Amino acid sequence: MIEVNSLHKSFGETHILKGITTSFEKGKTNLIIGQSGSGKTVFLKCLLGLFEFEKGSISYEGKIFSNLTRNEKTNLRSEMGMVFQGSALFDSMTIAENVMFPLRMFTKQSKSEMEDRVNEVLQRVNLENAHNKMPSEASGGMQKRVAIARAIVNKPKFLFCDEPNSGLDPRTAIVIDNLIQEITDEFNITTVINTHDMNSVMEIGEKIVFLKDGLLEWEGSSETIFRTENEAVTNFVYSSNLFRKVRKMYLEENK
Amino acid sequence: MKPLILKDIDDLIIGSLGIVAFISFFVGGVVAIQTSLNMTSPIMPKYLVGFATRQSIILEFAPTFISIIMAGKVGSFITSSIGTMRVTEQIDALEVMGINGINYLVFPKFIALTLYPFVISIAMFLGILGGLIACVYGGYGTMEDYIEGVQLDFTPFHFIYAFIKTFVFAFLLATIPSYYGYFMKGGALEVGKASTTSFVWTSVMIILVNFLLTSLLLG
Repeated sequence: MIEVNSLHKSFGETHILKGITTSFEKGKTNLIIGQSGSGKTVFLKCLLGLFEFEKGSISYEGKIFSNLTRNEKTNLRSEMGMVFQGSALFDSMTIAENVMFPLRMFTKQSKSEMEDRVNEVLQRVNLENAHNKMPSEASGGMQKRVAIARAIVNKPKFLFCDEPNSGLDPRTAIVIDNLIQEITDEFNITTVINTHDMNSVMEIGEKIVFLKDGLLEWEGSSETIFRTENEAVTNFVYSSNLFRKVRKMYLEENK
Repeated sequence: MKPLILKDIDDLIIGSLGIVAFISFFVGGVVAIQTSLNMTSPIMPKYLVGFATRQSIILEFAPTFISIIMAGKVGSFITSSIGTMRVTEQIDALEVMGINGINYLVFPKFIALTLYPFVISIAMFLGILGGLIACVYGGYGTMEDYIEGVQLDFTPFHFIYAFIKTFVFAFLLATIPSYYGYFMKGGALEVGKASTTSFVWTSVMIILVNFLLTSLLLG
């Protein structure tokens, strides 16, 4: 579980996060949504420890990040997996080497143990025959799956994903969404996903946090988001005709 | 770390040998021809062609001008490779894993470039050889005269001076381009701009440090 308490972050004079308090539950897919410029990416980077913040605190299973020693922070980071928007695979390494990288950095496993674990996770993301390919030879969907494999290879407690579906066709996007949800359930990890994709919101949003202008505007789930009367949320989520119709049908069916 | 250092030795040192050899050989030849053509007085000894070529190559051409060429080749490579990693969030990925990006990316390049004097030694040898071949086969002098000039008034300190400069330039070649790559912001266009800026500043620093070291060591 990740608990965020009154988080403030500024860049110079610009106040980006204005006191966010929320929590992300273990074993659930937690989604952060909001318009461009609402502070989602800054919030995610604060959660990852990539940005330092001025006020507030973030605790990971009870451990407050800012109170940890350098070694404890490194240990905590080894328990985090991250799927970047552009996958962020290392160009100079093969797919298998990319996936093995966190094991080489954080564990003292033998080469054969590491290879076994790499085979296991590549099989888990349906890429058992892609070991020796370079990232540039893989499609966008394959790259995302490699990024997920790299993020979970070290059995993390926390999985963060920054717009995992961006640039993917709808079918591949659903595959990626389902994969993330299955991994979250299977390994009982805390997953936080930053997304613009309303399909993901409806499909896998077990907890949804809606940010507006650096503030927490609303939080709920994929069930309660259909019933919310919050104008900012409905304007954002139901901005397309398709989703307005879906909502109407849902409300009629569940009167 | 060892595979990274070996990869950087391959990319930065071994990968530069071809262009350094080519340029050194032909510039050495041009220096010999120009020296010969400008020695119009009949009382000037023919061995001066070898002497002038040796001095030009060892003191300035090999350490300084090859370093400026390397600022273009190696410096741009370092800036663009690290800059691309920044743009594509690969450096963020390292930091999320708790890996110090500077240590992981810059340190191996720094170690690889400690072999830079090896490149400069080859440039010196091939420059002088190029001068010899241009002089003899171009009909500007005999092999005996050229070799006599190369051996004339040999001062070992000139080699020490050249290699001190080479080590300092290697440090500049590793650090300035890495800085521009690591701390760049933006997208693909900015990677190109960062590479150009890093080349300009590395060259400027090489020229300034060359002036300073020459004043200190030979002045």
